Formats: sequence, C-alpha cells, structure tokens
Amino acid sequence: MSDIKTAYDLAVIGAGPAGLAAATLAARQGISTVLLDEQPAPGGQIYRSVTETPVRDPKVLGPDYWHGAGLVKPFRESGAEYLPGTTVWSVSRTLEIGLSREGAARILPAKHIILATGALERPFAIPGWTLPGVMGAGAAQVLLKSSGLVASGNVVLAGTGPLLWLLAWQYLRAGAEITAILDTTPRANWRQAMPHMTGFVRSGYIGKGLKLLLDVRRKVKVIGNVTALRAEGDGQVRSVVYRQGNGAEQRLPAETLLLHQGVIPNINLANAIGCAQSWDDAQRCWTPQTDAWGATTVEGVSLAGDGAGIGGALSAEHQGRLTALDALHRLGRIDRQQRDRDAAPHRAALEKAKQGRVFLDTLYKPAQEFRVPSDDTIVCRCEEVTAAQVRDAVKLGCSGPNQAKSFLRCGMGPCQGRLCGPTVTELIADARGVSPAEVGYYRLRPPVKPITLAELASLPKREDEIDAVLHH
Amino acid sequence: MFRRLHDAAGERVPFTVDGRAAEALAGDTVAAALLANGITVCRNTPVSGAPRSPYCMMGVCFDCLVTIDDVGNRQGCQVRVAPGMRIETQDGKREIDR
Amino acid sequence: MSGYDVIVIGGGLHGCSTALHLSQRGVRVLVVEKDHIGRHASGVNAGGVRQLGRHVAEIPLSVASMALWHRIGELVDDDCGFECHGQIKVAETEEELADGQARVAELRALGFSHEEVVDQAELRRLVPAISPHCVGAVVSRGDGAAIPYRTTFAFKRKAESLGARFEEGATVTRIARAGLNWRVETDVGGRFEAPVLVNCAGAWANRIAAQLGEPVPLEVIAPMLMITARLPPFIKPVVGATGRTLSFKQFPNGTVLIGGGMLGRASPDENRTDLDFANLAINARTVWDLFPVMRSATVVRAWAGIEARMPDQIPVIGPSGTELGVFHAFGFSAHGFQLGPIVGRILADMITGNGTALPIAPFRIQRFHQPAAAA
Repeated sequence: MSDIKTAYDLAVIGAGPAGLAAATLAARQGISTVLLDEQPAPGGQIYRSVTETPVRDPKVLGPDYWHGAGLVKPFRESGAEYLPGTTVWSVSRTLEIGLSREGAARILPAKHIILATGALERPFAIPGWTLPGVMGAGAAQVLLKSSGLVASGNVVLAGTGPLLWLLAWQYLRAGAEITAILDTTPRANWRQAMPHMTGFVRSGYIGKGLKLLLDVRRKVKVIGNVTALRAEGDGQVRSVVYRQGNGAEQRLPAETLLLHQGVIPNINLANAIGCAQSWDDAQRCWTPQTDAWGATTVEGVSLAGDGAGIGGALSAEHQGRLTALDALHRLGRIDRQQRDRDAAPHRAALEKAKQGRVFLDTLYKPAQEFRVPSDDTIVCRCEEVTAAQVRDAVKLGCSGPNQAKSFLRCGMGPCQGRLCGPTVTELIADARGVSPAEVGYYRLRPPVKPITLAELASLPKREDEIDAVLHH
Repeated sequence: MFRRLHDAAGERVPFTVDGRAAEALAGDTVAAALLANGITVCRNTPVSGAPRSPYCMMGVCFDCLVTIDDVGNRQGCQVRVAPGMRIETQDGKREIDR
Repeated sequence: MSGYDVIVIGGGLHGCSTALHLSQRGVRVLVVEKDHIGRHASGVNAGGVRQLGRHVAEIPLSVASMALWHRIGELVDDDCGFECHGQIKVAETEEELADGQARVAELRALGFSHEEVVDQAELRRLVPAISPHCVGAVVSRGDGAAIPYRTTFAFKRKAESLGARFEEGATVTRIARAGLNWRVETDVGGRFEAPVLVNCAGAWANRIAAQLGEPVPLEVIAPMLMITARLPPFIKPVVGATGRTLSFKQFPNGTVLIGGGMLGRASPDENRTDLDFANLAINARTVWDLFPVMRSATVVRAWAGIEARMPDQIPVIGPSGTELGVFHAFGFSAHGFQLGPIVGRILADMITGNGTALPIAPFRIQRFHQPAAAA
C-alpha cells in the first residue's frame, strides 16, 4: 500500500453523492483529502456503476440516475486521493481509521472524518424471506445497474416506498415483465399524508413521481391494501401468499420476490465509533445525532447524506458540501464567516431538495405488521432466530436488544444487526409496551466489517515499521 | 431467475463454479455472475443448513458468502469476477484452513 | 424502604452469586446494579473455568469452586454452557517447558495435583491443530469454559426465584450509616437500608471502598476479546501460552474466541471502552504462530470489558477493615469468572455468622493499608 500517505487532513468514507461532493469541495480548497470506498467504482448505491454500467440506453435507468455521473468528473479533477476497493472496519475516537485493501490492513490517521456511508433497505421480515429467490428491490436495482440483469419468469414486487415504483418503472423500460406489485402502503397513510401535500406539490417530486406511478399502473397489475405476506417454496421461492385488507389468503406464483419498504440510515460505523443516536419516530429508524453541519457527538467525526437521516440523493449532495465546509473551518482552513457565506447556496439547495419529503415519508411509512413480524418469521437471518424466540426472551427478562443478543445470539452474526436490528428493537418495544427509544439498539463494536486474522496480523507493528513499508 | 438485457455491453469473463465452466460479463460481481448463470443457491447456512442466495447485493446481508480461489466466507457481491476465478458454493461452516 | 437483611452493590457474577447463596438461607437480599445484570466484566469475559495457572493463594478457592461448577445445574437450574475439556498452557520453548515443570513441582509440594506437564506427543494428541514448534504444555484436565452472560443471568434468576430482589438501572450515589443499618441512596431516588452491605461493584468498587474510608489501588482495565465466524469443530480444550498473551477456545457452535488480556482503554464513567487494534494485531499474530489453520479465519467482532485488577494480581475478598457489617468481593480481572460460585458462598458464610473454612486471609483489604514493615 505504498500509494497511501501516512495521514490526511480529511478522510471521507463512502463514494456516493455525499462523499463525492464533500471530497470534491474540500480538496479544491487545498487540504489533503482521501475518499475511501468499498466498491471498485464511484457512485455509492444510488449511483452504482454510473461510470461503467453495461446498460447503455439512458432511458432505462432514467435522468435522476445519470445526474450522478456529473459528480464524478469534478471529483476526479479536485486533487483528492481516491481509494476504491477499500473496506473501512474501524474508526477510533482518536480518528484512526482501520482499513483493508488487497488482503492487507493498516491504520490511517486523519484530522477530520466525514462518514458518508449512506443507507440500506429497511429489513422486511416476512415468513419465507430467507428463501433463495427473495431479495430486496434495491438488490434487483444493483443487478440491473451493474450487470444489466433483470429477473425473469414470475416476478412479484411487494412493499411500499419510492424505490419500489422506480424499480418497476426501470424494469418496464428495460423490457422486463412484472407479474404483479403487491402494495403494502397502509390506506390510513393517505389521510395522514394529506396535510403535507402542499410541500409535495411544490417540490420536484410530484411531476416525476406521478408520471412514473401512472406509467407503472398502466402496465402492471397493482394489488393495493396488502396486509399480510408470506413467501413459500421448498429450497427456493415458488409462490407468494398475500391478504388484502381482511380478505382471504390469495396466492401468486413467483420465482423472484422483490421486497422493499423504504431505506434507513446505515448506522453501524457511526454506532461503533460511539456517536450518539436517537430513535426517529416519524421514519421509524435509528439516526445518528448531528448538528446543522453534520457534526456528530464525537469530536472530529461528521456525517453527511442518508447516513445522517434519509433525504435522498440530492439532499445528500448538498449536505456533503455543507459538511465539507464545516470540516474546512474546524481544520482552520477557513474562518466562520467564510464558512457561513459559502454555505448559503448549499443550504438553499438543501432546503429545496427536502421539500416534499415529509409527504413521502408519511405516505410510505410501513405498517406495524411488517415492522413487528409474526412468531414464525426469522428475524435474525445470520443466526436464524425467530420473532417467537425474541418474544420469549422478553418474557424471561430481556429488556433490550443487547440482552437478547447475549441470550439468543440474535445480532451476533456477520451482518452485525444490519438486517435484524430495527426489527428486534420494534419487537421488544411492542412486547414490553414501551417506545423503541426506550428499548434501545445493539451496542456495536469494530470491526464493522469482518476482517481475516491474516489481515489483522498484517497491521504494521510500529511507526518505524510503517515508514519502512512505505518508503523502501 | 435472471436474464441479461440484450444490449448489455461488455467482454465475457470465463470462470468456474464448483468446477463447472461458466461465463460472466466484465464488471459482474461474483454474486451477480452466479445469478446470471442460473445458480440460485450459493451456500447452506452453518446454523441449520438452510439454502441461501444473495439478498441485498450491497454488502450488508452477508448471505452471498462463497469460497473464492480457496479463501472462504467472502462476500460474492463485493468481489469482481476475474478470468479463471474459481468459485465454490459453501456448505455449512466453512472448512478449516480455507 | 426496609425489609432487607443485605444490600449487594453490583449485579455482576459475584453480586448475583452472593445473592443466590444468601437467598438459599432465607436471607432477604437486594442487589443494586447501575446498568443491567452482567453488563460489564461478568457478561463479556472469555468464560474460562480454570484452576490452571492460578496464583497459589487462589487455588484452594478455585478447587472448591470447581466442585460447584461440576454440579452447576443443581445450583442454578441451568448448565450455563459449561463444557469440560481441560485447559492447556502451551510451552513454545524448552525453557518455557522447564518453567512449567518447576511450577507443577511447586504445586505438588503444596499438596495440589490438578496441574500436570505433558510432552509434545500428548500435546499433539490433545490439540492436533497446535503448531509443530510447541514442545509441551502444562494441563489441567478438569478445567473448561462456560458462557459468561448466561451464567450470570442464571444466578440472578435463581436468586430471584428464592426471593432476592434486583434493582437495575440504579447507580449508588451515597452510602452512610443510619443507626445500626447502612443506608444506600441511588441516582433514581432509591433509598434502601439494611444491616449488611456487600461491595461487588467491580471496576467501580473503589468508589464504594473510598466512602468507607478504605480506598485501594484498584486499576480499571479493558482486556480485549475477538470472536470469529463459525468454523468446523477442531479444538476442544481451552488453550493459553506460557510466554505470550493468549486465551483460545472454540464454542460448540463453532465460533472461536480469542483473548488473553491484550488491553484496550477503559472509560468507566462513560461505560465505554476503546479498542487498540495494534494490540489486537499482536493477539492475531500469536494465533497465527500457534494455530496455522486459523490464518484465514474471519474476525466478526471485537470488544473489551471494564474490569478491575489489584496490583498483587489477587482480588479483595472479606470483611471491611474500617466498618462493621460491610464485606468486599472485587478486583478479579482475568481470574474471577471461575471463582464466582464459591465467592458467593464464602460471603454468605461470613455474613450468616458461620465464617468460612477457606483460606481468605491473603485477600483481606487491609493488606493495602498496612505499613510495609508489618505486611
């Protein structure tokens, strides 16, 4: 790893819109900046493979996706260092980054760190969701963007949220067929969302959104008010069983079932660093605490983008720039007045990008039955722990996810609670009759991504050994 | 089941799965390449032996674990297929020493 | 609130064990715990149930505790995940093996026969995966390991079923005499009184001791552990090394726990520890050298407990040196888990007036307050 400096002023983790925008702005101001990312190419998840997608026809993925390409060129010209294929598994409170590249690990110090680690799909635990052939709608989107692959045979989409409709729209434009969309958006949500309609109407979402929805509804069978879901099959999914309202169970054949009920911040790294987090009751998820500039409760660590609270790709971009300006100020590169002055246009853009979000969040808030699953549902995929087992643990005296973890191994698998944490929090809260905020969340520790013993053993021993490795 | 879009552009990359010859598109991750080749199950879980396939495709679910060139427990969705790569589906606990 | 005979400060294993043994005798116990039962050292240690390698002063207690471990299901209605496949301390050089032989001879002279020396052939038979460069080992065949959180929780549940009460989420802010009783106040408005107080507050025990006028040089440390993803079963005993820090064991579910005492940093006021990856790397290199098959094992999590140790490497057990009706049991870091069952009984024996037959004089708190010449 002789191409990395021994330390940087600013390290940005995550090459999605927030990270690209932050690194670009900071590097242009002349501070030594490095952008670290796990993927081999920039774009994060929302703009995944934007520089190299095999899907050449721009009409398939749509203009919002291709906007991301416009972030890459300025980044490449900014002077920032770019380290793709790099897994960050730890950040200490003294701002030392533990990372791995090409099978070797090292510690990289920085003076300020911006986490731009984004979001992941909210876990959507239904009976049978671990069957091969069941995956997240976001996963199908990655397969489309990065590999030009679409599901074939009987394809059912199920859930709620803008991404589900976007994927359906992209599939149709790619010539793929969808058997049905099972819409789990609760009827009551429309009533609750109406007060926020004005903001939504003023935003850019309504034009695009409505057109997209109408397009899809014209061509695909949409079954609304779905209140129960189950995937069935032996060794892989063969059918999906659903219920509309209080109606009888119905069955659809499905070789591929794509589930989605929104995205939530990916908090593992922030949590492991020790950043305080709070339960957001409106979005039903845990969110790291940040101030208006993205600063967390840990000195020297800021957060930008969906990782600090779901706001979408455009918000992420503007937040990235604001957080970078604050980092420049904290590092002494610009004074407070210049920071505030330079921030003004980005703040205005951010406000504009946020318009309409409350409406979307309210409309697409997942129903209780899909956040607090039935007894026979596997809740922790890694350790195969069911909802029944978690409820039993609560009866025995487990009051929170950490005790449930010690008792059941729930959350102890390699995903470190990414796919079970929110469900376990809500399950325990529901069983105890208290708020999720009171129940709490897993206490996470590094490594936030598994590392091999060989990688760990390869950490340089002492400072002079680091020098020897870099400069021989 | 997944199929490739007709106009998906790129070079073909040869690799093997459990010893059998297969082909990927340049830029495919191992997980994508397995799905493209009709391989639905990439591993059985060490807890109960249940079959699993990739779920999230973005490195957070850890269901896409496969053995790549003799190194086990690698996330298939995080590794690009290289020519001649040897992929093995995993059965239960990964083997000791791999 | 009245009605308690004993208030125990600290809901770790020693506090819960004390509560259990007292409850068995009909004593009314309240345990006051600032977080939740087993939150700190007791819940996150390596789970070693060993007599091997102990300070000589601890051996009689350890042997007595081991007898309890072998019938732990009868004591707490839970097997606590206890498995008995022996503990082994590997010698990598002839010199280390000679040290082991000297140690075993010393123990035999004192009447203890639980440790024995084995040669390379026997070591390879017991631990086939050990690196070929290891020349032998000291073995305690009756030792094993259990699951720390589960054990602590089992002691708590059993004690509760026998009448003990547990106040969790309550930090003791003040202790003071109230007539013949001790009054304990907590940060959530709790006020409790009892004639007897027991200090099992682990890394925070010195705060209690100081309020009693007997501060001790307790050091708060954060020993680190790592756990891997599941591997097929390849090792049964728990393995340590003579010349370097290591504790290595495989759970029945296949995961491998790597520890031994490499230190991170503890912030007891914030319930927080920080890991030191440079030190974990040293641990990793030790495993690399001793168990070549582990080289591509994946570490899925690392952590550190907030623990307390005393400068002479043995705990504080016994009555207060300054006040009547107060007892201590703390400072066990790296060697407390296996002693949990017996220490609770020792305290119960002392508190109910029977005294204990086990030799606890070396653990008296006064040893830190005597002038050097008299020690």
